[in-house]
Amino acid sequence: MTDRELLELEKWTQRIIKKARAEGLDFYEMRFEVAPADVIYTVGAYGMPTRFSHWSFGKAFHRMKTEYDYNLSRIYELVVNSDPCYAFLLDGNTLLQNKLVIAHVLAHSDFFKHNYRFAGTSHFMMENMAAHAERLARYEFRYGKQAVEQLLDAALALAEQVDPHPVGPPALPEDNEEEPDGAGDGRRSRPSTPYDDLWALDERLALQQPDPPASAHRRRDAPGPGRRVGFAPRSGSGESGPPSRSGGQAARRRARRWPVRPEKDVLRFIMEHSEYLETWQRDVLAMVREEALYFWPQIETRIMNEGWATFWHARLMRDEELSEADALEFARMHAGVIQPQRLHMNPYLLGLKIFESIERRWNEPDEEDRRRLDLPGGQGREKIFEVRELESDVGFVRNYLTRAIVEELKLFTFVRRGEEWQVESTGWEDVREALASRLANGGIPSIVVEDGDYRGSGELLLRHQYDGQELDLDHLEKTLPYVYQLWGRPAHLLTVVEGKETLFSYDGEHHRSTVD
Amino acid sequence: MSETSQPGFLINREDWSLHRKGQMDQLRHQEKVRDAIRRNLPDLVAEESIILSDGRKVVKVPIRSLEEYRFRFDPGKQRHVGQGDGSEQPGDVIAKSGADGPGRGRGAGDQPGVDYYEAEITVDELAELIFEDLGLPNLQQKRRPQLVSTGYEFNDVRRHGAMANLDKRRTLIEAFRRNALDGEPGFYPIRPEDLRFKTWDEALEMQAAAVVIAMMDTSGSMGTFEKYIARSFYFWMVRFLRTRYRHVQMVFIAHDTKAREVTEQEFFTKGESGGTKCSSAYELAIATIDERFPPDQYNIYAFHFSDGDNFPSDNARCVKLLGELLERCSAAGYGEIVSTRYYNDSTLMSVYQKITDPRFTRVTIRDKADVYPALRAFFRRQAPEVAVPGAAGQGGEGEP
Repeated sequence: MTDRELLELEKWTQRIIKKARAEGLDFYEMRFEVAPADVIYTVGAYGMPTRFSHWSFGKAFHRMKTEYDYNLSRIYELVVNSDPCYAFLLDGNTLLQNKLVIAHVLAHSDFFKHNYRFAGTSHFMMENMAAHAERLARYEFRYGKQAVEQLLDAALALAEQVDPHPVGPPALPEDNEEEPDGAGDGRRSRPSTPYDDLWALDERLALQQPDPPASAHRRRDAPGPGRRVGFAPRSGSGESGPPSRSGGQAARRRARRWPVRPEKDVLRFIMEHSEYLETWQRDVLAMVREEALYFWPQIETRIMNEGWATFWHARLMRDEELSEADALEFARMHAGVIQPQRLHMNPYLLGLKIFESIERRWNEPDEEDRRRLDLPGGQGREKIFEVRELESDVGFVRNYLTRAIVEELKLFTFVRRGEEWQVESTGWEDVREALASRLANGGIPSIVVEDGDYRGSGELLLRHQYDGQELDLDHLEKTLPYVYQLWGRPAHLLTVVEGKETLFSYDGEHHRSTVD
Repeated sequence: MSETSQPGFLINREDWSLHRKGQMDQLRHQEKVRDAIRRNLPDLVAEESIILSDGRKVVKVPIRSLEEYRFRFDPGKQRHVGQGDGSEQPGDVIAKSGADGPGRGRGAGDQPGVDYYEAEITVDELAELIFEDLGLPNLQQKRRPQLVSTGYEFNDVRRHGAMANLDKRRTLIEAFRRNALDGEPGFYPIRPEDLRFKTWDEALEMQAAAVVIAMMDTSGSMGTFEKYIARSFYFWMVRFLRTRYRHVQMVFIAHDTKAREVTEQEFFTKGESGGTKCSSAYELAIATIDERFPPDQYNIYAFHFSDGDNFPSDNARCVKLLGELLERCSAAGYGEIVSTRYYNDSTLMSVYQKITDPRFTRVTIRDKADVYPALRAFFRRQAPEVAVPGAAGQGGEGEP
């Protein structure tokens, strides 16, 4: 971009910001950074310009950059959820492209600011991640690059296994300290429930135990580098184990189940309770977890967020006075963004169509909507702002993907049969169901800690909350060793394979699977 | 750099030229890919796409260990949503697995990508890794040194040269020395006359002449798998010899009940059929040696691949001929490719087990992954055991 173009862009931005505000968009202060492709792709690969170093980001960077170099794909912009909101514009964009991008980005910023899933995310993540990167670099210096890399490999493998929406009291009675990242805690106070007294009972029970689970001891002592209490003495001799584990006292044992309820935040559980980790290693896990929680809302609202931005760039650019050439370029670019893809659902297109449909239906409801939803009409604008605030992708699809949209976009479901991918259904409700279930939990299997003292010997039992979608067994077998690496004791995962409960185990050397 | 502040926004263009993080981590990733390739060599050596490539191409090799593993759903068992042209009916096939199923490639989608990883590597790079510590065994100085292997050695320091070859340590010493003579010891200033450059010579290593006789059973019992294995072995062997040694000669012998010398092209492509008489190949090899490659002038290597399914009456003769062949050879190897179908005790391998000559190597190959160990077994580098009378040490300037 030339300096003259930059100047024009600035004038234009001022105007479009005014216009966007008039339309009701409310965004953070904007910082537009004009940057070369390398930098854009770095931000794309790392998720944040200041993030720590890891080979997997290098791999993503290389792949994205190669696709750009071969002209296979192009990122026009990247937005960072922060206040002020940073948006990176590709230096090679034309002026018109940058105009469209800026309009698009304003809507992203509005989305970050208002969608409730983002309510708990830190506004200073740019700085936090820079601090993390620095701390990791120091650990590398102190403990060696390889040690840090191996730890990050394991931590990143479990980074998706966090709990972005904790409800209820923590699974562990003694677990009342501040969360390290403060995500959600202060803001979303845990709702009180009719069962609180039961949890409290549990807590008392646990404290009354003459010989509380070794884990409780472990937790209270601050773990430190010099202190590596192995499990050997406990599991080695029968006497040293807590009496409740000698069998026959099933009731007491159940009362002391650890954690008391399945714990969804696997990473946190490991971080806090692993015997094996040293302080700095816990710190690394905490950083990875904090960053994962920060990115989580973006995973859960991809269709909405992209749809919202596409909706608004089209809207804001619509009555701009464009030269004929610019109008053509705009049309081409917009068409590129919403281009259908046969085997993938284009989130820009789907999100746009749903928002447009909501606006239309609430403005001019048809007979059925009028009757069923009690719509007076004329509330389209109000409604889309409400939806952008209150939904995430699952609800967005489940509540607002209509038959008309499915038919207009010619969506269908397909499955694999043998070596072939076959169309399964073109029924709109099937499509909606398939899409919604794909989007549940960000499309990531939900896994909980079932038992932190499995078989009474400090092993870790995870359970996949099976909902009809089976796990990738190859990945499962390669991920369990990471759990083992962090937990320091055999790791198990219970899931369903071909209709049967199956327990996968890894003991540091061997994989085993047992069908129930 | 240009920066303008407006209420509510700011457009900024910075100098990003020092921003190298992506590239740095990319390098680390590439390093890991190379490590992974090294670890996967046994699988890669017999990789079809490589053997069938013309030998120059960049090949893609699947690298499993560089995936980022995590708990995820099996894409093959999920319901996916696609977008069509409206003509789709239940049961229509829209893609073949492996070609472009969902999640392959990148791009916007509602599905996490199938994160397989393929590393690109040239056959040359791969060869370099495979051959890293291989060499012709028992290589001895013969009367006609012909074999040349080259290397470079930095062996001189001069006052002129390319900056890339600047010898920094010596340059600093020179500067210090001159500054000290001027009465001010210290490294600064450094003058052009202080610069010292490393230079190198091409080191020619003269080695003895060598000939490799490659024998392959092409009889009817050699199935597709057996032939494929033998050919992958020879593919790498030929590449290895060509890249390492400049003047190695190769003789290709294909045999069923009769043996023929064939061209390299025929050796790698022609299919044959018929019974098996391995002794025919050895006879031809011995005759070829006696005719064209006197052992006092050549290091001779003979390798033979077969499924071992030989005429039983011929086995004794094979042992005898192999003994004669070994008298002429620096090393010989026999590889038996066993698919369970033909596995029995009366194979050639069973009779060869009695041969104790240290120059003879046998390997059994049951699987693609065994090709790499076979290469290593045949081409492990060893010091020459017994010097042939009249031969000088290796790498000398030839005989007086």
